[in-house]
Amino acid sequence: MPPMIQAKNLWKTYGENVVLEGLNVTVEEGEFITMVGTSGCGKSTFLNMLLGTQSCSKGELLLDGQPIPAEPGPDRGIVFQQYSVFPHMTVLENVMAAKAFARKGLTGYLFGSARREAKEEATAILNQVGLSHALNKYPHELSGGMKQRLAIAQALLGKPRILLLDEPFGALDPGIRADMHELVLNLWREHKLTVFMVTHDLKEGFYLGTRLWVFDKLRQDPQAPGAYGASITYDLAVGQMGKKIYEEIDDNLRPVVEVV
Amino acid sequence: MQRMINMAPGRSLNLMLALLPFALLLLLYIVASDARLAENANDKLLPSFAQMGDAVQRMAFEPSKRTGEYLLWVDTASSLTRLGLGVLIAAVLGLLIGMLTGALPMIGAGVSPLLTVISLVPPLALLPVLFIVFGLGELSKVVLIAVGITPFIARDIQRRTEEIPAEQLVKAQTLGANTMQILIRVVLPQLLPKLIDAVRLSLGAGWLFLIAAEAIASTDGLGYRIFLVRRYLSMDVILPYVAWITLLAFLLDIALAWLSRRLFPWNTQGGR
Ligand SMILES: Nc1ncnc2c1ncn2[C@@H]1O[C@H](COP(=O)(O)OP(=O)(O)O)[C@@H](O)[C@H]1O
Ligand SMILES: [Mg+2]
Repeated sequence: MPPMIQAKNLWKTYGENVVLEGLNVTVEEGEFITMVGTSGCGKSTFLNMLLGTQSCSKGELLLDGQPIPAEPGPDRGIVFQQYSVFPHMTVLENVMAAKAFARKGLTGYLFGSARREAKEEATAILNQVGLSHALNKYPHELSGGMKQRLAIAQALLGKPRILLLDEPFGALDPGIRADMHELVLNLWREHKLTVFMVTHDLKEGFYLGTRLWVFDKLRQDPQAPGAYGASITYDLAVGQMGKKIYEEIDDNLRPVVEVV
Repeated sequence: MQRMINMAPGRSLNLMLALLPFALLLLLYIVASDARLAENANDKLLPSFAQMGDAVQRMAFEPSKRTGEYLLWVDTASSLTRLGLGVLIAAVLGLLIGMLTGALPMIGAGVSPLLTVISLVPPLALLPVLFIVFGLGELSKVVLIAVGITPFIARDIQRRTEEIPAEQLVKAQTLGANTMQILIRVVLPQLLPKLIDAVRLSLGAGWLFLIAAEAIASTDGLGYRIFLVRRYLSMDVILPYVAWITLLAFLLDIALAWLSRRLFPWNTQGGR
């Protein structure tokens, strides 16, 4: 069987600007990958290629041995840092919409028994993410953390195999983030997901998942910052890493952050 | 001394400041009208409020000698029907064109340039064409209003459609939605409050086209009436009619704002 995700000499360029160069990785079903790297080094770009909203410039990105479809689809769920939920639907409607969109049909509305079933399922998952007290609220009435819980519940009800998270907790208070970590870990285990999560918080990346990727440029040309792209410079199994390597990566990321 | 930029009126002062210009204008009018009437009791330019009251009594509460109708109400009904129909057609067309060109790049590529050019055509210059094509009846007036404001609404809705965050469209796709489902459940509901906003903004133009069309070819309507009595210099009729039209426009606007707040509680920056 081919690995679930395989990148073969993957390049991404925007005109002259090389963003990613020569990525070679494989990912098996059930892994929880966290991705860190300086801002603008191409983490979101890689995630968008998995999502199908961007295509690679050179090389291949395979899902189950086949090129990733060029459009988003129900096998790959996503939670963005913001704008992930529909502002005109209540919490319950937001999640029920996931069930409605999963069916064929022109309008995306549910009726009769399908509606009742969707409501039950939606209520159950909202219970699981801790939103059962806010079923009839609109997103603008929710806190940042509650919005992200909603976005996660919505993505899960789409029954994806892969869950993509692009800095999902970047805008949240540190205290709330710990709760969210626990939530994501529980859902990952229970729903047997493969997770790709971008984070700007190295600690989060170090301790949350099963595998950490550090995106960085191997070569730098100060005269032409776009001449070389980033690739994965560290690919580590979480749990086997000590304090020393943490500090090493931290040092690699920090100085560039301060310049930006 | 506080800076001017930091000084704000309190509640009652605010009300007073708001009413003051109206009171001043009223006073100015009364003084000027009295002065002219004292000089020449038959002066028509600035009728007294008593004269205007008589005119309103005649137009609104006494049957017309010629037709037996209560003219103000007949005029109001005809004008509002024309305006309502024209705006309704423009809203539906504008919503459809704006949504489809904004959400579907293939349609946008074909229609947007045309829309831009059409929106530059002065609608009133088309009025003769409409009269020739649709005749002098109701249809051409309704069409003028629709033609006049559809491009504005369509372009506004197109921009609003493009402003919907791409994240939402991607999210819907990751939940399995097809294009039709995205249009109907994600895009359209978010455009409806924007449509009400666009209609509110275009009502002023709607009134303009209505009155212009009624002035040129009509047998009733608010615009028809004021242009008709202009021949007799009947300021005592014209001024109350203008005030009445202004009041109608104001009521329409706040009714739409109320409707928007009522129907779309999730739309946090709408309905004001
Ligand atoms: N649509 C685009 N067109 C041109 N350049 C882009 C586009 N999207 C991203 N880039 C560039 O690609 C680089 C990587 O962006 P991104 O993947 O968003 O970085 P990050 O690691 O912060 O998520 C940035 O330099 C950005 O300017
Ligand atoms: Mg990013």
